[in-house]
Amino acid sequence: MMTDSLLPVDTYLVESLPEIWFGAVLFALGMYVVLDGFDFGIGILYATRTDEHERETFLSAFGPVWDANEVWLVAFGTMLLAAFPRVYSRLLADNYLVAIGVVLALVFRGLGPELREQRNDERWKRYTDYAFVGGSVFAPLLFGMLAGRWLFGEATLPVVLTGVGLVAVSVVTGAAFLAAKTEPGLASELRTYGIGATLAYLSGVIVLLGTVVLTDAGGAADTVLSLPVAAVVALSVAVGLIGSVLARRGQYRAWLASALALPTLLTILVAILLYPTIYPPTGLLVREVVVSPLALNLVTVLGFPVLLLVLWYFKFLYGVFSGPIEGEGYGG
Amino acid sequence: MGPIIPLNAVSPVWAASLSPKLASRMQFGWTISVHIIFASLSIGLAPFIIYFTWKDVRTSEQRYARLRSFWVKVFAAGFVMGTVTGIPMSFQFGTNFPQFAEVAGELIGGPLAFEAKMAFFLEAVFLGVLLYGRDRVEDRTYLISSVLVGFGAWLSGFWILIVNAWMQTPRGYEMVTRNGMEVAKLTDPFAAFLTPRMPWMYVHMMNASVISVALLVAGVSAYIVWKKPDTEAWNTALKMAVVLLIVSAPFQAVHGDAYGRHVEETQPQKFAAMEAHYETGQADLHLLAFPKSPEALTDPRAENLVTVSLPAVGSFLASGGDFDAEIIGLNEYDENPPVALVFWSFRFMVGLGFLFIGLALWGGYLMYRGRLSDNTRYLKAMIAASPLGYAALLTGWYVTEIGRQPWVIQDELRTSEAVSSTLTGTEATLTLVGFVVVYVGLVLTALYTLKWLIREELQLLGVRESSEGRWHGPLPGVSDDD
Repeated sequence: MMTDSLLPVDTYLVESLPEIWFGAVLFALGMYVVLDGFDFGIGILYATRTDEHERETFLSAFGPVWDANEVWLVAFGTMLLAAFPRVYSRLLADNYLVAIGVVLALVFRGLGPELREQRNDERWKRYTDYAFVGGSVFAPLLFGMLAGRWLFGEATLPVVLTGVGLVAVSVVTGAAFLAAKTEPGLASELRTYGIGATLAYLSGVIVLLGTVVLTDAGGAADTVLSLPVAAVVALSVAVGLIGSVLARRGQYRAWLASALALPTLLTILVAILLYPTIYPPTGLLVREVVVSPLALNLVTVLGFPVLLLVLWYFKFLYGVFSGPIEGEGYGG
Repeated sequence: MGPIIPLNAVSPVWAASLSPKLASRMQFGWTISVHIIFASLSIGLAPFIIYFTWKDVRTSEQRYARLRSFWVKVFAAGFVMGTVTGIPMSFQFGTNFPQFAEVAGELIGGPLAFEAKMAFFLEAVFLGVLLYGRDRVEDRTYLISSVLVGFGAWLSGFWILIVNAWMQTPRGYEMVTRNGMEVAKLTDPFAAFLTPRMPWMYVHMMNASVISVALLVAGVSAYIVWKKPDTEAWNTALKMAVVLLIVSAPFQAVHGDAYGRHVEETQPQKFAAMEAHYETGQADLHLLAFPKSPEALTDPRAENLVTVSLPAVGSFLASGGDFDAEIIGLNEYDENPPVALVFWSFRFMVGLGFLFIGLALWGGYLMYRGRLSDNTRYLKAMIAASPLGYAALLTGWYVTEIGRQPWVIQDELRTSEAVSSTLTGTEATLTLVGFVVVYVGLVLTALYTLKWLIREELQLLGVRESSEGRWHGPLPGVSDDD
């Protein structure tokens, strides 16, 4: 076979490649939660604006980047399928309605602003705004619930709290992102929402983990009481509080940096709660469900360099559209 | 795990629910049908966008800036629709066909992940630049962005067709038992990615996308030219679309003919269904076939049809020259695809293909005589033909996908075995209804968006609804109040 000489067939390129792929899948998830998270935040905070000019400003911030951000969801899903097909199939099939709900919410979120620009008509704008705001609330709520089901199985309260937590952290990053890119008057209004959402998020995480310990949801109680989880939670609280202080002082770029750390830490928390299983309610282990060496080696060799290229694209994209928001509205 | 919403709340749906298998197949078929229109719009528009951007940057001529701006807007709207309808596609492998995702995961997961990482990011990132960055980046960067967006569209087609071609002619794997389930293990990536079907499918689909978009561009241009004959920009667009059609439409017929022979060799059952050929042996070619009785609509056996047939030509075409070639018939198989759907879809596609050749040649003749934009009859014909490329493209896919039944992976996994075992009929019916409602709305808004863009363009050109053009009266389909 041609591939024998190019790629090892029976052994992984490096011994820990399955664990590296577990990390890579979680990395894609983290990118999605961080990047599309602030898009959701923009969509939710949009509901607090009544002034047409402010709404257009929000849409100008959202327009050039949301689609690229959303692709991280596809990257996460397809990487999970490529490395751990059983987990991909079980997770989506076991949580059918939640998963379909996520994609339908994303349809509304994506189409709302696109259609809004098509015509100048108050009623039309109102309906497309409903789609945008509704999609921006339900997409993170349901996606968080899907993640909750992944971690804790059917335990209702932890699942719902995970969804609400993702909504809250999205508001934090959305507020910080907008504050860093807009004029001071609007920014100071946004930071009020951002700080409120930070406190809600942090208390939500603590209530969630407390519930998991008390009810042993998904058998995760022991993991939650471990040192790494405590460290991540402590770090989140510290980052959240520091961010709020920075916001108060009007240091919005620094606030943005600390705000983006929150969903990052959340993803790390998810990784800790998962490993060494990869779908705790089923007890499936990373090593049990990983694809064969040749398949994993192939997606590594072809996929990882491209992933680096993709990170460069994002650097380029955010470079082009850095600085204060310009232009009127979504249409640019 | 149990359903997350109380089922009593949806008892009317409960009563009317379909089987999970049927609902899942209808849902996948419906969502992919809508999605593929937008995906192929990106593929087909790519060459137009790149060309207009290049001419705009190079010549700074007003007409190219105008055409670029118009079609980039269409591209952007189509791309957003393609994104939001594309995410449900990859989710449904897991939600509705988890056994398929698990059995084929090693083979399809890689290409799907490459599609996301190599193609989707490229398109999404540089489309942001193309749409919003005209004043923020240099001309050269802007032009490169248009090329990268187009390249991304064609590359995504490459990876997704690797997946589909593998389902038609699976290669490069062996079946092994993992965690108590028979799954496909990748043994040879070259064989698995470059299956016999892949080159046929890629060429046919990319060209079909080009034809569909050429017809769309020609139709829109014809309409605007009809309203405003002296528009330089839209006469240019019309000519360009017709030239593209003159190349692509005849090519598709020649290529399709050879593709058919390849299908006969690699998927004889599908070929037999395309031709309603039941008894193994010499095959006639039915040019036209009409059922004598209503039953024949759903089971078009040759004896129930009034046909205009060329005796033995079926064998001749399928074998590439032998009138006596033995063609395998449907009676050889225990379970067959719904023959009528495949048979009629195939005829519909081929018939439209010949119509496109006719339109292309007619346009070529008029162009040669220098009368392309004066011939009202031709302009009207092109307006009427503007959605037909998509009709042919969709029916072609119905031949491919329905013709492969009962298999989801040819000769390896049946569709019925791929459907989720935990899915209930109620859940599946509920989401099917949801997708139908949402996507009907989505398609309607896509059409309205195109209508509004055309209207806006006509206003820019100074055409008023009461103005003198060839059309006397209100704009068709546009009322005063919207």
